[in-house]
Amino acid sequence: MRAKVHVFLKEGVLDVQGKAVEQALHGLGWADVGHVRVGKTIEFELAAGDKAKAEAQVQAMCEKLLANTVIESYRVEVG
Amino acid sequence: MKAAVVVFPGSNCDRDCRTAIERSTGAEVAMVWHKETTLPEGVDLIVLPGGFSYGDYLRCGAMAALSPVMAEVKAAAGRGVAIVGICNGFQILCEAGLLPGALIRNEGLKYVCKPVALEVTNAQTRFTAGYAGRRQVTMTVGNGEGNYYADEATLERLEGEGQVVFRYVQNPNGSARRIAGVVNDRGNVLGLMPHPDRAFEPELGSADGAILFQSALASA
Amino acid sequence: MSAQPAKALAETAAEFGLKAEEYALIVRRLNREPNLVELGVFSVMWSEHCSYKSSKRQLGKFPTKGAAVICGPGENAGVIDIGDGQACVFKMESHNHPSFIEPYQGAATGVGGIMRDVFTMGARPVALLNALRFGDPGHPKTRRLVAGVVAGIGGYGNCVGVPTVAGETNFHRGYDGNILVNAMCVGLADADKIFYSAAPAPGLPVVYFGSKTGRDGIHGATMASAEFDEASDEKRPTVQVGDPFAEKLLIEATLELMASGAVAAIQDMGAAGLTSSSVEMAGKGGLGIELDLDAVPQREDGLTAYEMMLSESQERMLAILKPGREADGRRIFEKWGLDAAVIGKTTESGHLVLRHRGEVVADVPLAPLFEDAPLYDRPWVAPAPQPRLAPADVPEPGDYAQAVLTLVSAPDMASKRWIWEQYDRHVMADTLEDSATGADAGIVRVHGTRKALAVTSDVTPRYVQADPYEGGKQAVAEAWRNLTAIGATPIAITDNLNFGNPERPEIMGQIVRAIDGMAEACRALSFPVVSGNVSLYNETNGAAIPPTPTVGGVGLLEDYARRADFAGMHGGQHLVLIGETRGELGCSMYLREVAGREDGAPPPVDLAAEKRNGDFVRAAIQSGQVSVVHDLSDGGLIAAAAEMALASGCGAQLNADDELPAHAWLFGEDQGRYLVATAAGDALLAAAEAQGVPARIVGAAGGDELAAPGVFSLSLARLRQAHEDWLPRYMGG
Repeated sequence: MRAKVHVFLKEGVLDVQGKAVEQALHGLGWADVGHVRVGKTIEFELAAGDKAKAEAQVQAMCEKLLANTVIESYRVEVG
Repeated sequence: MKAAVVVFPGSNCDRDCRTAIERSTGAEVAMVWHKETTLPEGVDLIVLPGGFSYGDYLRCGAMAALSPVMAEVKAAAGRGVAIVGICNGFQILCEAGLLPGALIRNEGLKYVCKPVALEVTNAQTRFTAGYAGRRQVTMTVGNGEGNYYADEATLERLEGEGQVVFRYVQNPNGSARRIAGVVNDRGNVLGLMPHPDRAFEPELGSADGAILFQSALASA
Repeated sequence: MSAQPAKALAETAAEFGLKAEEYALIVRRLNREPNLVELGVFSVMWSEHCSYKSSKRQLGKFPTKGAAVICGPGENAGVIDIGDGQACVFKMESHNHPSFIEPYQGAATGVGGIMRDVFTMGARPVALLNALRFGDPGHPKTRRLVAGVVAGIGGYGNCVGVPTVAGETNFHRGYDGNILVNAMCVGLADADKIFYSAAPAPGLPVVYFGSKTGRDGIHGATMASAEFDEASDEKRPTVQVGDPFAEKLLIEATLELMASGAVAAIQDMGAAGLTSSSVEMAGKGGLGIELDLDAVPQREDGLTAYEMMLSESQERMLAILKPGREADGRRIFEKWGLDAAVIGKTTESGHLVLRHRGEVVADVPLAPLFEDAPLYDRPWVAPAPQPRLAPADVPEPGDYAQAVLTLVSAPDMASKRWIWEQYDRHVMADTLEDSATGADAGIVRVHGTRKALAVTSDVTPRYVQADPYEGGKQAVAEAWRNLTAIGATPIAITDNLNFGNPERPEIMGQIVRAIDGMAEACRALSFPVVSGNVSLYNETNGAAIPPTPTVGGVGLLEDYARRADFAGMHGGQHLVLIGETRGELGCSMYLREVAGREDGAPPPVDLAAEKRNGDFVRAAIQSGQVSVVHDLSDGGLIAAAAEMALASGCGAQLNADDELPAHAWLFGEDQGRYLVATAAGDALLAAAEAQGVPARIVGAAGGDELAAPGVFSLSLARLRQAHEDWLPRYMGG
C-alpha cells in the first residue's frame, strides 16, 4: 500500500517560507495569490493487510516522528 | 564532578562542549554515543551539543530525540540531574518533550552566525546562579532554525514561572518574546540557542559561557 | 566486450571532449578500438581537469620545496610541518561550472570535495575559506547566483561543522557568463600520520565506503573542462547533489579507520569518481587493480558499468586496507551507518580490469591513462604591456568625500556581512579572527596549544588582466602580506588558477606569464606552492573571464597572543605608514569606481622591498612592539584607514603628502605597504630607519571622523552606512 503524509505548519505558526514565496509570487505579477503555505510530503510503501490498519499505523508514525504536533499538522492518505 | 556529552550522528559541537566543560570547570567529561543505553555512573551534568544531528533532515532534532540514549536522558531528567541542550541540543530537548515549545525556521530565512548580547532573565536557576549581578552576557549564535515558538498560554506560563532564562537584547531570528533559553518547570533542564561552548575563554571573544558550566556543576 | 562501429565511437570521443589525435592515441596504446566504458575512462583521465594537459608544463615552474614542506603537489592536498610533530594539510579547488549551472549544489559540493581532499590525507578539517567572483551586480543572473552560492557554502560547511573563517568576493562583468567558486580547506594532522593514495602492494582488498553510487554528475570532469554556450542549461542533470550529513559521518569514519591502523592507502572519489580514484591508487603504486562493479553499493537500479565508473555521486571514498583488517572497517562503517563493500583488489597486472554481470567490461593498461596523458605546449603570445599612469594622467575627484563614500560602498569594497553572517565561523571553538573581526587573515588555534594557523585567499584579477606577470606576483605578495600583517610567518600556498580557453594563444599567454610572476614571488618570499588546482575554459561564447589565479596562503603564529589585527586602533595613536608611496593609480579601485576607467599598468611589486618591509612589520608584531596593523591593498591608504576606523570604532586624520596630489596619495595602490597604529610612532620610525625600511607618520587616530584636513571629512556613522548598506540592499532588491 502507498502512504502519503502531508505535513504543514499549523495555522497560527508563522510560515516564513510561505510568506517569502507569497511575496515572490506577488512580485512576479500574481497579485491574487494569498495564504501560501510551504509544507512537505512524505511517501512510502507499507505492507499492511487493510486500509484502516495502515491508516492507524501511519497516524502513529506521524505522532511519534513524522510531524511535531507542537507546530505542525498533518494529513494522511493511504491507498 | 562528572559530566557527559552525548554524541549523535551529525553532532559537531560535541568536542567543543567537552573542551568548554574541562577548561571552565576541570570536571571529567565522558563522551556518550547515542546508541548507548546507559549513562556514566554518578553523572552530574548531561550536555546535548549543537550540530546537525541526522543532517537536520525531516526536522531539527526529531530523529535524535528518538535515539536509544534519550530514554536514559529522560530518566536522568526525572531524577533531577542537570541537563543542558545547546542549539541543536535545545531542538532535541523540545522534540523529546523535555522542554516546551519548538524551534522553527529563522524569520530572515537564513542561517545567522553572530555575537549576541543576552539578558539573564532569571539568575536564580541552577544554571545561571553564577550570573547574579550580571544583567547582560555575550555569546554567539549560529543557527538556521533558532526561532523559538510556543503558543501564547505556554509563553505566559513560562514567563510567570520564571522559566525564561535568557532573552536576546536584539532578536536575531524572530524568537517569540526574544527568548534565547528556557528551563523546564522543575528547573533542571535548560535549552538555549546561543553557544556557551564557544564563549569560555576571553580569546574567543567572551568567557561568559564558562559561568554556565560552572554553575551547573556547582549545583550538583 | 561489445563491438561498436569505430566511426560511432570516434564521434562519441569528440562528444566526451577528446580530440581526434587523442582518440587515435588511445587506439594505438590499446592496439584496438576502445569500448564505451574504456573510452569514458580515457576521456575523464585525459580531461584537463584530471590531466592538467595544458598547464602541467607551466606548473613545473613553481617552487614546491622548502624546509617546512612535507608533501608538495601531486597528492590530494599539500602538507606542511608546523612543529611539535604536527602538520597542516590544505588545498584550494574550484567548482566554477557546476556553481554557475546550479549555484546551491555546485557551491555545496565544492566545499564537500575540498574537505574530502584534506581528510583523505589524515587531517581533521579546521578551517574553510572561499574566493568568489560574480558578474556585474546589474546582470540579471548575479543576485540569484550570489544567494545560491552563499547558501550552498553555508549549508554544507555549517552542517559538517568546520568554521568558514575568511574569503573574498568580487563582482565584475567579466564573470557574467562564468562565475568562480574557489573553496579552500585547511586541516590538522600528526606529521607522522599522513595518508597517501599509492597502493603499496598487490593482493590487498579495495574497499568502497560512503554514500551509494547513482547517476549524479556523469562527465562532471569533462564538463569542468569545456566552454559554455547557450545550450549549457541543458547540462543541468550532470550537477551533483551534496549531502553534508553523509560527509560529516564520512570524516569521522575515515579518521577513525585511519586511527585503527587498518588503512594502507586511501583516495576520495572526486571528479571522475571511481575511475580517477582507482586509476590513481593503482597507477601511483605501479600496480594494477581489478574491480567487481556488481559489488559497488548502488542507489538506483540498472546502473551500467559506464555510469558507475563515471558517476560523481558525492561523499564516497576508496581505501586499500592492510591484510586481514576488513573487520575493523566493517565495525567502523556500521557504527557510522555508511554503506561499504570490498569491491576489488590490487594486482600486479598494471591494468585496470573491470568486471560487471559476469563479463570483463574494460581492460586497459594504466600507464597511458595515468602517465601518458597528452601534454601540450600550447602556443602563446605575450600580453600587450599597458602604459604606466602618472598621477597627472588621472583626474582628481570633484568631491573627495563623495569619492571616499563611492569607494567604500563599491561592490568589491563594501562589507560582506550579508555573506559571512550565513557562515558558522565559530564551530570548533578555536576561531580567533574571522571575516567579522577586523584582521587581514583568518586565525584558528591549533587545538590545545599556543600556536595558531593564519589563512588568507588573495588575487587582484584586474591587475592580472592588465599585466599577468606583475599581477601574478601581486597575488602571491598580497597573500604573504596579509599573513604578515597579523604577525604570522607565511609558510606555503595553494593556488587555484582560473583562466579562459588555453587553446587561444592570448589566454595561454596570460597563463604562462601569470605563473612566471607567481613563481618568482614564491621564490623571493620563500613561499612554496604545495597544492593547487587548474580551471580552464572559463569562457562563454568566446569571452573569457579576467585571469584569476587565486592564492590561498597559510602561515603560523607560534604564540597567538603576539598577533595584530586592525580593530584595536584608539585615540592618541600615531598612524605610521610602512613602505614607499609613489601614487600608483593604474588599475586602481579609484580609477575604476570613481573615474570610471580600467586602464593603465598595475602597481609593480618590488619583491625585495616587499620582503624587507614585511619582515620588519612581522618582527615588530612578534616582539610585541605593535598590535594594530592593516595591509594596504584595494583602495590604498584611505581604504585601509577607513577599514581600521570602522573596525575599531575610532576616527582617523590623515596628513597630506608634500609632493603627491591628494588622489594619488590617498587612493594609490602601491604595493608592500602597511598602516600601523601605535602610541610610540617615533620609536617605530627609528627601528624602521635602522633597517632601511621606509616609514613615516601619516596621521593620528581619534575622534569620530575619517578626515584628511583640507581635503574631506566624513563621520564614521556615514562611512559605516555606506560600507554596510550596499550588499543587503542589493540582495534585498
